[in-house]
Amino acid sequence: MMTSSTNSVAAASMAVNASRARRSVLNRKLVLTLVAWTIALMMFFPIFWMFLTSFKTEAEAISTPPSLFFTPSIDGYIEIQARADYFKYALNSVVISLGATLLALLIAIPSAYSMAFLPTKRTQTTLLWMLSTKMLPSVGVLLPVYLIFRDLGLLDSRTGLIIIYMLMNLPIVVWMLYTFFKDIPKDILEAGRMDGASTLQEIFHLLLPLTLPGIASTGLLCVILSWNEAFWSLNLTTSNAAPLTAYIASFSSPEGLFWAKLSAASTLAVAPILIFGWMTQKQMVRGLTFGAVK
Amino acid sequence: MSTLTLKNIVKEFTSGSGASASTTQVIKGVDLEVKDQEFVVFVGPSGCGKSTLMRMIAGLENATSGDILIDGQRINDVGPAERGLAMVFQSYALYPHMTVGENMGFSLKLAGVSKEERAKKVNAAADVLQLGPLLDRKPKALSGGQRQRVAIGRAIVRNPSIFLFDEPLSNLDAALRVQMRIELARLHAELKATMIYVTHDQIEAMTMADKIVVLQGGVVEQIGSPMELYHHPRNRFVAGFIGSPKMNFLDVTVTDVQAEGVTVRLPDDSESLVRVAGQPEAGSAVSVGDRLTMGVRPEHLILDDSGPLGGQVQVIERLGGVTSLYLASPDGSGDGKIGGLKADDQADSGWILIADGDVASRVGDNIRYTFDSARAHLFTSDGLALPSLDRHPLTGLTRQDNSLSSVSAAQATDV
Amino acid sequence: MSTRASGRTVGGLRTLSLQAPAVGLLLMWMLIPLVMTLWFSFQRYNLLMPSVSGFAGVDNYYYLLTDPSLWTAMGNTLLLVGWVLVATVVGGTLLAVLLQQEFFGRGVARLFVIAPFFIMPTVSALVWKNMMMHPVNGIFAWIASLFGLPAIDWFASLPLTSVIIIVTWQWLPFAVLILLTAIQSLDDDQVEAARMDGAGPLAIFFYITLPHLKRAISVVVMIEMIFLLTIFAEIFVTTSGGPGLATTNLAYLIYIRALLDFDVGGASAGGVIAIILANIVAFFLVRTVAKNLEN
Repeated sequence: MMTSSTNSVAAASMAVNASRARRSVLNRKLVLTLVAWTIALMMFFPIFWMFLTSFKTEAEAISTPPSLFFTPSIDGYIEIQARADYFKYALNSVVISLGATLLALLIAIPSAYSMAFLPTKRTQTTLLWMLSTKMLPSVGVLLPVYLIFRDLGLLDSRTGLIIIYMLMNLPIVVWMLYTFFKDIPKDILEAGRMDGASTLQEIFHLLLPLTLPGIASTGLLCVILSWNEAFWSLNLTTSNAAPLTAYIASFSSPEGLFWAKLSAASTLAVAPILIFGWMTQKQMVRGLTFGAVK
Repeated sequence: MSTLTLKNIVKEFTSGSGASASTTQVIKGVDLEVKDQEFVVFVGPSGCGKSTLMRMIAGLENATSGDILIDGQRINDVGPAERGLAMVFQSYALYPHMTVGENMGFSLKLAGVSKEERAKKVNAAADVLQLGPLLDRKPKALSGGQRQRVAIGRAIVRNPSIFLFDEPLSNLDAALRVQMRIELARLHAELKATMIYVTHDQIEAMTMADKIVVLQGGVVEQIGSPMELYHHPRNRFVAGFIGSPKMNFLDVTVTDVQAEGVTVRLPDDSESLVRVAGQPEAGSAVSVGDRLTMGVRPEHLILDDSGPLGGQVQVIERLGGVTSLYLASPDGSGDGKIGGLKADDQADSGWILIADGDVASRVGDNIRYTFDSARAHLFTSDGLALPSLDRHPLTGLTRQDNSLSSVSAAQATDV
Repeated sequence: MSTRASGRTVGGLRTLSLQAPAVGLLLMWMLIPLVMTLWFSFQRYNLLMPSVSGFAGVDNYYYLLTDPSLWTAMGNTLLLVGWVLVATVVGGTLLAVLLQQEFFGRGVARLFVIAPFFIMPTVSALVWKNMMMHPVNGIFAWIASLFGLPAIDWFASLPLTSVIIIVTWQWLPFAVLILLTAIQSLDDDQVEAARMDGAGPLAIFFYITLPHLKRAISVVVMIEMIFLLTIFAEIFVTTSGGPGLATTNLAYLIYIRALLDFDVGGASAGGVIAIILANIVAFFLVRTVAKNLEN
């Protein structure tokens, strides 16, 4: 009798403790939520504000205090197309980044295939050497490239930028494809060989279907990097082949102080890449750190 | 009709480059004859070269020198798919993006077989393995045992002359392994194909093989039927490798050599006659005073209070039906060490004794035991076994003699 | 099981020519400009004065190294790289730990935090310059006014700080992204074992989390260094290196010499210096990657 009642008291107090513990876990979670979200919103605020401003009129855009509630207008978007032929720049960006990406993939796939499946003693050295070319500062070779491009007539041409971006991203593309290919168990390809697959059949029936997600995210990363590149695009293009980075930069002149238009142009330029970036963040870490962080 | 012949196969790997290049021989000249419909098992410890040997047969690896012949044709330079072999990989190596049916039909598709023909063959193979309901699933959705069966099914569909299995059961749990072992034996009987099977598990080797090839360090230690390896190991390595728990070893001195056998002195100074050939005409001369190693299997030790051997019990494992006693070595060298548990297999000095389940010994007891001298082995200092004078009656047994399907055949030939 | 590394399948493709296009192109991409830069750096070569030419010896380097603007630019580069590194690594580590905790809407909050990394540099620089830091209409000015404080004319009075803030905003997400990935590979059992041993949250952070992040942090530092050494677009669209030389870093100085003054020789000498600086960092980065490759 005694023991059972003490037991039930103990049980009750334990239940109280448990619910207290639960509550403190909840409190902790609420505090964390508050802190984390405050920081997250602060980080995101400039992007959010840009998005908001893109739907304002120029007057609302520069009003003080900043207007949070307003009638959205898409004048900014209409204006940038009407006045500056926004789509020309957008098309340049699309053509250049897709072109560079496809070209890089085309050149990198055979290379990564041989590194992953026919490794030799030199494979590692080659791979590391490729990475080291990525670390050459662009500004160090600006002049020779500028002069070569001038002589070849590649200044202010899409072809020129496609070549540059392809070369710039090639090491990362080879590297990422190599790590994706290496993840494929060798056994599977050997089973394919036992089943009678030729090298080409091996690549098309086995390797490509198996690594399609990896190839896609490598391609996306390459698109992102080409799309956002702003050193070569600013220095090697003037108007014909200028991509969005260069177009946006033209808003920096004092007389170009049209915030709604700047925001509209920026929002359009940034939105697809932001979504791609969110989609590929995991692979991005792998690609940008050359597999040193997993 | 599919036979396989290996003639002096050597495999070298080159590491390093240029002047500093060094070559390692992983296979050091292997000769082997595999008969039609034979089930041959390559067995050996990790790194013995058994997988490399199989991969050379498959064509996934080049032989550095030597000849590989299938049905008498040299196929060293023939690609893996043209050799008419099928391989089941340790990891199963199923194509993850294809359904079970597509996996099994892939080789036919590559060979340009029509869709209907393909479906027919895949369904036939699926029936053999009861894979019918799984044909539309992806490998991801299968259990380990099912994947294993798909891998085998993929091999069957190719209708190969020789099946190769690379440690196919090592990824399965114990119960499933036993089941698959039986299933593979059934398949072998049903398909009447030649099969080569690699494993590091001597139980798999013993239960499934017609012929076991024991490899170590790239060298064939012995080739023979399971019972031959068990009863007449050619050397100390095979003796220790085949059989579980491992054979017990003891250093002894020769006191007499006669036609009836070799007499050795045991640690307690008693003498025992072992029925092995030690006279020069047997090709393995030993003389009085030689130090030899005697080997006796744990199951051939007999508890006996007046027995010549003795030791303290260190651990007892009771399995109900039988009891394993882990003993200090009879010559005292194994004091404090437990047989079979030490990291270094070679230097094992404790002894194990398998007694019946009702033995009353306790840890710490000093017990005495004897052994069946007809089942003892003697090894010279270079590890070679002295040939036994009595052939064990079961050494000629083939695996088929153990299975039901061959009863009628066995009766007909009146073994 | 057995070594198969150098084994070849019979009938399998054995060709390194598959690598030839990639290797060849990168070799050209690296060598030709590099050799040209080196060669130019020893030449008297100005596109605006075609008549002046010939071997200049080390004159270009001499003029460059005795030019006070180089040292201003080097100082700015160091300040920029240093402050951004400190801010992103410290902030990134703390944020990564924070974002690793359980809280409501964690997935979306993470996306918000890493978003700035995907914004093209010209956009982020202009959005910050105009909409955030503008002395009259910017958000910061408005916030200051709420507290009755005078607005700061960021780019006039604190130009380098402004650039540092913008670049930090861009690169903090990179640090978070990588460190968060690294933290996720931390074994939960290890943390629980530490907790059983009586470690509090701080002890866990310093003795478990931080050592675990060591390599990731070093990778972040090295990669950021390589990119930050040659920050260009952000300066180009906000300050154009000014006022005066206040925000001119090495990259921008070379740009001025090259494409504004067309002094090929002088700019190339600067380029060589930038290459050497980057290579010192790259050496350590490649070594870290190589070590990882072997594991």
